[in-house]
Amino acid sequence: MKCRVCKGPAVLDVRRHNAAFCRDHFLHHCEEQVRRGIHQYKMLAPGERVLVAVSGGKDSLALWDILVRLGYEADGLYLGLGIGDYSDVSGEYVQAYVRDHGIEDHGHKLHTIDLADEYGMGIPEAAAATHRAPCGACGLSKRHLFNRAALEHGYDVVATGHNLDDEAAVLLGNVLRWDVGYLGRQHPVLPAAPGFVRKVKPLVRLGEREMAAYCVLRGIDYQVEECPMAEGNRHLGYKEVLNSLEDRSPGSKAAFLFGFVERGHERFADTAAEERDELRECTVCGAPTPGEVCAFCRLRERVGAIEIPVDISTPVDISTGPAEG
Amino acid sequence: MKVTLRNPRRELEIPGPLTVVALLAQLDVSPESVLVIVGDELVTHDAKLSDDAEVEIRPVISGGCI
Repeated sequence: MKCRVCKGPAVLDVRRHNAAFCRDHFLHHCEEQVRRGIHQYKMLAPGERVLVAVSGGKDSLALWDILVRLGYEADGLYLGLGIGDYSDVSGEYVQAYVRDHGIEDHGHKLHTIDLADEYGMGIPEAAAATHRAPCGACGLSKRHLFNRAALEHGYDVVATGHNLDDEAAVLLGNVLRWDVGYLGRQHPVLPAAPGFVRKVKPLVRLGEREMAAYCVLRGIDYQVEECPMAEGNRHLGYKEVLNSLEDRSPGSKAAFLFGFVERGHERFADTAAEERDELRECTVCGAPTPGEVCAFCRLRERVGAIEIPVDISTPVDISTGPAEG
Repeated sequence: MKVTLRNPRRELEIPGPLTVVALLAQLDVSPESVLVIVGDELVTHDAKLSDDAEVEIRPVISGGCI
């Protein structure tokens, strides 16, 4: 195959675009797609401080790398999840990226939070205490702590590495359950609200195969192994279904996702806005919550990390998948 | 050719030459779900893999959430 731009030897074909690219033009393609996504959905404004949620995986490291190259004031936040060797290795990939790619030399900073040390629970303990899928406790903890860290450190926005495949899979799950609240919040930009910083997904125009290729071509080492606690989760099943469609009909995932964003999302936005209007402050930590105590504090209580007075304690209700919220 | 797969990591010996797309079909792997790396180089789906090639088929699907 030849590069669509320069006609030199290609290193990656992107069937959705009916195109192939050489190394340099592929890297330019990735940066251009992120730049277009940021502009199209008004994700970031000049001078804003961005906190990038980094996990040690391909998507978040690629996102941080691209935002830095595009000139954004982007710092990273790594959350240690306490998932044994997997978390240890993931954290090492983040540290290695920061060290080997001169991130701090260019004025960017890595923050770290250890869930077990600072909040008294790792994801395995949280999952065991709730008798629910670990991905639910993991997503809940990440959403809570990334938002809290951004508020505490004065960032304007949290950027996450959700890519086109992630978003299409979440959309499929939300549609299968007709979860109108999640559908109303599923968008490349979740605006700021009292107690929430803005959340953006600058990789939404790129697939995860492109993000893995970006890391390989930039020399970014990342955690290739799958999280041991994600095995068999619904999200992976949705991706298999969507990739089966994509193999038969390239572009299906993008058509599904962007058709919803452009023509479907607005129909559910009111429901999401109503749910947000009903939020109040958690009596334990102050985070926005529909009840007296937020789901993260109730999770900590179930694990035994904190005590909540009986008169305000309510059951934990966490999502079992990586839904938006 | 020596083919390395991940999750779980394992190695297979498969006779070549083969195109990438034929190798993936033989292994029943969706082309959308992997990168194919020969040595340190990414290769496209139409690339021909020689009998003595060392090939990594690297999954790109992640199921976790941030």
